[in-house]
Amino acid sequence: MNEGIFVRTVRLGIRSLLLHKLRSALTTLGVLFGVSSVVAMLAIGEGASAEAQEQIRRLGSQNVILRSVKPPEDAVSNQDTRVISYGLTRDDLRRVRESVPGVRRVVPLRELPEEVRNGDRAVRPRVLATTPDYLDSTGRVMDEGRWISEVDEQRTTNVCVLGYEVARRLFPFSSPLGERVKIGADYFNVVGTLLPRVRLGDDPADAGVDSTGEVFISLTTGQKWFGEMLVKQRAGSREMEEVQLHEMIVEVERDVDVPFVAAACRTMLAREHDELDYEVVVPLELLMRAEETKRIFNIVLGSIAGISLLVGGIGIMNVMLATVTERTREIGIRRALGAKRRHIVIQFLVECVVLSVGGGLLGIALGIAIPLGVERWADMRTVVTPEAPLLAFAISAGIGVIFGLYPAWRAAHMDPVEALRHE
Amino acid sequence: MSRPVAQLQDIRRVYRMGSNEVVALDDFSFSFGRGEYWAIMGSSGSGKSTLLNILGCIDRATSGSYKVDGEETSELDDDDLSELRSRRIGFIFQSYNLIQQLNVLENIQVPLFYQDDPPPDGHERALALAERVGLGGRLDHRPRELSGGQQQRVAIARALINDPALILADEATGNLDSKTAEEILALFDELHGEGKSILLVTHEPDVGERAENVLRLRDGRIDSVDEGQRAGA
Ligand SMILES: Nc1ncnc2c1ncn2[C@@H]1O[C@H](COP(=O)(O)OP(=O)(O)OP(=O)(O)O)[C@@H](O)[C@H]1O
Ligand SMILES: [Mg+2]
Repeated sequence: MNEGIFVRTVRLGIRSLLLHKLRSALTTLGVLFGVSSVVAMLAIGEGASAEAQEQIRRLGSQNVILRSVKPPEDAVSNQDTRVISYGLTRDDLRRVRESVPGVRRVVPLRELPEEVRNGDRAVRPRVLATTPDYLDSTGRVMDEGRWISEVDEQRTTNVCVLGYEVARRLFPFSSPLGERVKIGADYFNVVGTLLPRVRLGDDPADAGVDSTGEVFISLTTGQKWFGEMLVKQRAGSREMEEVQLHEMIVEVERDVDVPFVAAACRTMLAREHDELDYEVVVPLELLMRAEETKRIFNIVLGSIAGISLLVGGIGIMNVMLATVTERTREIGIRRALGAKRRHIVIQFLVECVVLSVGGGLLGIALGIAIPLGVERWADMRTVVTPEAPLLAFAISAGIGVIFGLYPAWRAAHMDPVEALRHE
Repeated sequence: MSRPVAQLQDIRRVYRMGSNEVVALDDFSFSFGRGEYWAIMGSSGSGKSTLLNILGCIDRATSGSYKVDGEETSELDDDDLSELRSRRIGFIFQSYNLIQQLNVLENIQVPLFYQDDPPPDGHERALALAERVGLGGRLDHRPRELSGGQQQRVAIARALINDPALILADEATGNLDSKTAEEILALFDELHGEGKSILLVTHEPDVGERAENVLRLRDGRIDSVDEGQRAGA
């Protein structure tokens, strides 16, 4: 019976609201936009932060990354052919390995501007010369074959490992294992291929967009065949660069030591380099900064969404006050027939909650649809967490109750005789 | 006189408007017997509606004692008074006062809806009453789809749903043409015949004559009491 009364009250509320369809619909809109903005903003915020975190994690939160950076152009003379020498050196590598405590290993990388060919097929990937530790340090996974070994490094053998994308382009119809590719002017045996990097939530179609693919050879082999000079063709001029190492991945023993290792590297590099021709990237710091940004982002978005919900709530209150006045006589009749104050309160509260929850449900639907649209048209990642719609639903119901209380209270405390006289 | 169904003792009802005071009922004492049919008459402003509102427990006397069915009301709080209305009072208004969102059958059941412990057979009772007032074929009509007379019949059925101790009607025929009014009055006669206690406020002498007794008011006091008109006739 009690449940019957509840159902009846809700049904009556809906019926009363339907007496003024347009008014009820417009009131609902207020909540609808408030709730949908909450859900959509949370989804976009979550997506942006998930994207940032993933990028950072890919760099490895246990790593400190040192990179060579070309100093500003005007620092060097303007000639047709010039040699610019900058960046990390093998001495830096040795110093980090030997004198920075808490470091497990350091993986050096050189990037060679070479073309890679298989017969007619040619690609321009990042040709990376590195040490056997690279694979473990970055968590990359082999697809076929094997990785570059210590022996390859010692004997400077002409072997290479192809990234997924390069393997697919150069050998679209067969396995590249055991085949030969031409890097620059020399032939290399393909001993293995890598799986693509894991990119969560991306469709495979855009996997090739940011990376032109990668080919790996050992650092020693790279040095033997390509030397220290890098020749870059630029509009009208040839540019020679001398860079010993492009990057060093410094893997730290324990997470807690990351800030100390980073500081030690910074100090060491500052001492050894006259120019700022390097950068120190600490993924852990970036992660923390990303968390902070996300927090600020959430506060800003939350305030905006909160304000729109407040506006929606005030809309409900406004309409309900008008409704109570308009239905004064009905209230009088109900009171004369035995309705207690709480019956009147409940009746009007239920109407408010029906309005706000109705708006809330539609708002959740819209709030989930907006991120889908954003993902599709703006190419941004969004994440609708399961809590967001629940939160929005609870908020919308709460708004109905909070902003309905006063009008309902007013209705319940009218004098029945006066109310009955109302025209 | 049988045991009184409504007993008023030294009832005063004073309306305060700023420094002005209007005394609508002045030391009013009277008892209405169970099963009696009274017409309450008097000139405009004599306090008829005020009296009826106090009898119906939607208004409180400024001072004095009022017992419904033997129960003292002056000490009851708002909830208790509401419960009392939903159980023992049947109200019929001049302007019908049906609830527009509800159909005939639902309107008839409204008082039960507000009882703390409603009877399980409310639906059947409502059906029977609708049948009785001649609206068995219009159960799912909304009030605006009914004529004035039909609406007043629904209101009468609604007043009967809780089997009240007291039926109160304020100008119940005031908005109706004489033929329809006659039908409604016939219904009251019938209810009286079944032993219901009815108090009917009216301006019209011929309506007053239908009642068994007539109480006349003037300036918030009793002007005259005619008992047993019909019994004597
Ligand atoms: N809410 C109120 N505020 C102030 N005075 C009131 C109020 N209600 C009634 N009165 C006064 O109380 C007196 C009795 O009014 P009441 O409505 O009971 O008269 P009535 O006999 O029903 O008149 P009518 O036949 O016109 O309906 C009148 O003088 C009226 O002005
Ligand atoms: Mg009156």
